[in-house]
Amino acid sequence: MNNEGVDQSKRQFLTTALTVVGAVGTGYLAVPFLAQMQPSAKTMAAGAPVEVDISKMEPGQLIRVAWRGKPVWILNRTPQVLDTLITLDDELRDPLSLESIQPDSSKNPARSIKPEVFVAVGLCTHLGCSPTFRPEIAPNDLGDKWKGGFFCPCHGSWFDLAGRVYRGVPAPTNLEIPPYRYITDTQLIIGEAPEEESV
Amino acid sequence: MKRNRVTECNDWFLERFPLTKLWNEHMAHYYAPKNFNFWYFFGSLALLVLVNQILTGIFLTMNYKPDAKLAFDSVEYIMRDVNWGWLIRYMHSTGSSAFFIVVYLHMFRGLLYGSFKHPRELVWIFGMLLFVALMAEAFMGYLLPWGQMSYWGAQVIISLFSAIPVIGDDLSLWLRGDYVVSDATLNRFFAFHVIAVPLALVMLVFLHIVALHEVGSNNPDGIEIKDSKDPWGHPVDGIPFHPYYTVKDLVGVGVFMLFFATVIFYIPEMGGYFLEPANFIPADPMKTPEHIAPVWYFTPFYAILRAIPDKFAGVIGMGGAIVVLFLLPWLDRSPVKSIRYRGGIYKKALMLFVISFIALGYLGTQPATPTATIVARFFTAIYFGFFLLMPLYTRWEKTKPVPKRLTTIHSLEEQLPALIEEITQIKHGSTEIGHSAFKSSFFAIRPNPKGIRNLLSRLAKNAKGSLD
Amino acid sequence: MKNLTALLLLLSLSFGVVASESIELQKANIDLSNNVSLQRGAKHFVTYCLGCHSIKHIRYLRIALDVDVDPKKVLKDIAPEGANIYDQMHSAMNAHDAEKWFGTQPPDLSLIARSRGADWLYSYLKSYYIDSKSPRGVNNLIFEDTAMPNPLWQLQGEQYAEPRKNIWGHEYTNLVIKEPGTLSEGEFEIFVNDLVNFLVYVGEPVQLERQRLGKYVLFFILMFLVLAYLLKKEYWKNIH
Repeated sequence: MNNEGVDQSKRQFLTTALTVVGAVGTGYLAVPFLAQMQPSAKTMAAGAPVEVDISKMEPGQLIRVAWRGKPVWILNRTPQVLDTLITLDDELRDPLSLESIQPDSSKNPARSIKPEVFVAVGLCTHLGCSPTFRPEIAPNDLGDKWKGGFFCPCHGSWFDLAGRVYRGVPAPTNLEIPPYRYITDTQLIIGEAPEEESV
Repeated sequence: MKRNRVTECNDWFLERFPLTKLWNEHMAHYYAPKNFNFWYFFGSLALLVLVNQILTGIFLTMNYKPDAKLAFDSVEYIMRDVNWGWLIRYMHSTGSSAFFIVVYLHMFRGLLYGSFKHPRELVWIFGMLLFVALMAEAFMGYLLPWGQMSYWGAQVIISLFSAIPVIGDDLSLWLRGDYVVSDATLNRFFAFHVIAVPLALVMLVFLHIVALHEVGSNNPDGIEIKDSKDPWGHPVDGIPFHPYYTVKDLVGVGVFMLFFATVIFYIPEMGGYFLEPANFIPADPMKTPEHIAPVWYFTPFYAILRAIPDKFAGVIGMGGAIVVLFLLPWLDRSPVKSIRYRGGIYKKALMLFVISFIALGYLGTQPATPTATIVARFFTAIYFGFFLLMPLYTRWEKTKPVPKRLTTIHSLEEQLPALIEEITQIKHGSTEIGHSAFKSSFFAIRPNPKGIRNLLSRLAKNAKGSLD
Repeated sequence: MKNLTALLLLLSLSFGVVASESIELQKANIDLSNNVSLQRGAKHFVTYCLGCHSIKHIRYLRIALDVDVDPKKVLKDIAPEGANIYDQMHSAMNAHDAEKWFGTQPPDLSLIARSRGADWLYSYLKSYYIDSKSPRGVNNLIFEDTAMPNPLWQLQGEQYAEPRKNIWGHEYTNLVIKEPGTLSEGEFEIFVNDLVNFLVYVGEPVQLERQRLGKYVLFFILMFLVLAYLLKKEYWKNIH
């Protein structure tokens, strides 16, 4: 056990080399373990696009479908609602949806492909609760300023009927609009962008 | 400035936690004999496999469902739909077999060099408890895939408990939580397999190592290195575990991983020994497979069970085969530890024991024909004979004098150049002008018949001599 | 030494007694890299097997990716009407009908190649013969009194069993096709082989990928091993 004649630089080199190889190996080994926590093929299959028939929807009606396990709202908006929406811009945080998530085809004041049919992911952008649908105007509990919209019961965020967030509430951005397109006039597919966009 | 901060943090931590002390005690200043051979790799390898099993196990639990209706499909879900699930599952299933291979070799090392003898009896006891816990862990884990072999294997093994007089039937009912193996059994086995037994295993590993480091490691010579110390109090024949054995164990880890990865990527079923064909059929409580056998690592004990023609006695025999291992430190009366200085009787007995263990293991995988049963009885007798006659033959045999200091046996790697020289000859005079010196000398090497003959006869003599 | 010899003798005896006699299986020619064979096998499976047997652990999309076919083409050419590309391959038959017709539920075949082996499947599908004594009118040489009727008889033709003796006097059964089917014998062999090839793929879809990755992993470990060995040698050169 004498240390005479020990080639320190060789030791140092080999130690470093082995450490590097070991670290790279550990890194590679970590990939499968981390990747296995990603959604599986089953989850992907369950998250496949869903088709919705809207031919039987009445004006003012809201239906909910599940896409990727999230509630997706489809709302048939009346002309009165569309008229009200235009008047709200001053009270909203992001009226033109510049900072919000939506496909290009829905990046317009009504936030939809066809103005009367509104599609949105029904989860509050604050912390993920599902807001309630409150189409009535100036109800007792929400006060005179309420012009119809979505109200989040968890932390009190307000959204109008285009999913746009009001000023002075916790939610940071407008409700998310999922990618969707029309197969026919009365059939939607949610989870697939319009053809020209996906290309 | 920044450097200072780091040092400060470091000092703050070290003032409150004995990290340096622990490191020195168990690694940097733990003196291990310098003559460990390859048998001494398997301890650290067992630790590596344990880590592998725990890690892969945690990730498997994320997608496995301990429910009789869902379990089988959830395993296939892991194999196909989960990203990399197949790799993690194969690492776990191959790991379980690797665990037993490593542990059996580790235990055999103990038999070779007397590592169970005074003062290491407690190390051996903890090790045996680890072995029993490992068997429980493997047995319960094997039920989880909920295939035909899983199901009927568990049914048979739990029924063993019903052989116990008076309380047997109630006991096996209690273990299953049902009249047959069922969802209730699966669910509780899952709880034991993922929480209870792994905790016990980790604690026992801790005790095993603490006990070992208290008395110090044995070695192939079976001498206590603490008996001869230098003026500074360090064993003359000892070297610090770190760095010497850490770097050496890394070589062992590399070789092990080479084998391990080969199995995982090329032969994960290992010809039906690691993953049995019948276990790819979902459990069916109405239909037993034509031939059931436990996984290979249980087959020696299973063969003993079948060899004894009485239910209760069979269970006692099987349990006894494990209990008797616990008693080893007190059965062995030899004054020497290592096989190097024991007499011929122990060497032959150990050889017979190994043969009988492997033969029983083989017979356990095969259907119980009348002839096979008789052969199994014969080997069962040898198995128990090895242990129960040990107090007699270890006292009779003539041992060789034990040296005071460790002896040096050159490793094969060191002997190789001399051996090559012996069995080859260089043909002189054949060097032609125009050839480079290297080329001519390389092609002039011819096998030397006389050298080969000498080597073989020496090998044979050594082999015979080593048995006496 | 004498008792050792006796022991070895006994040991060799014990190996002899446990090997049992069984009918020799015919070798299937498995090649998972043959995508064309796998595509044909998938098509055959959907046409002749999926009516009763599901292979619920595989999805159409996975087949499309592994066997290198366009997903749309899989839906058009291989999958039955109305299937979704994300669907697992379920059978259309319900369990109650199956129980009534066959007395048992046709098993899911996702893992049949792993539990039975390719050669067994290949031999089994080729070994149906006309048997007037059996309640179904057919029997199978590999799996006697099998509950499954022969789905491929129109392709193979009518096969009969004939007892024969070999030159040592051992009796064995020979199968002869007396009424040819729509496929020649060679074509039928390829047909069954494609089907079995597909089932082997379905048993473990990741097989090829696993073997491909294995090379890199082993090479990497080898590199680690060489460095570890050099480091060990460097540290140990002063230990005598």
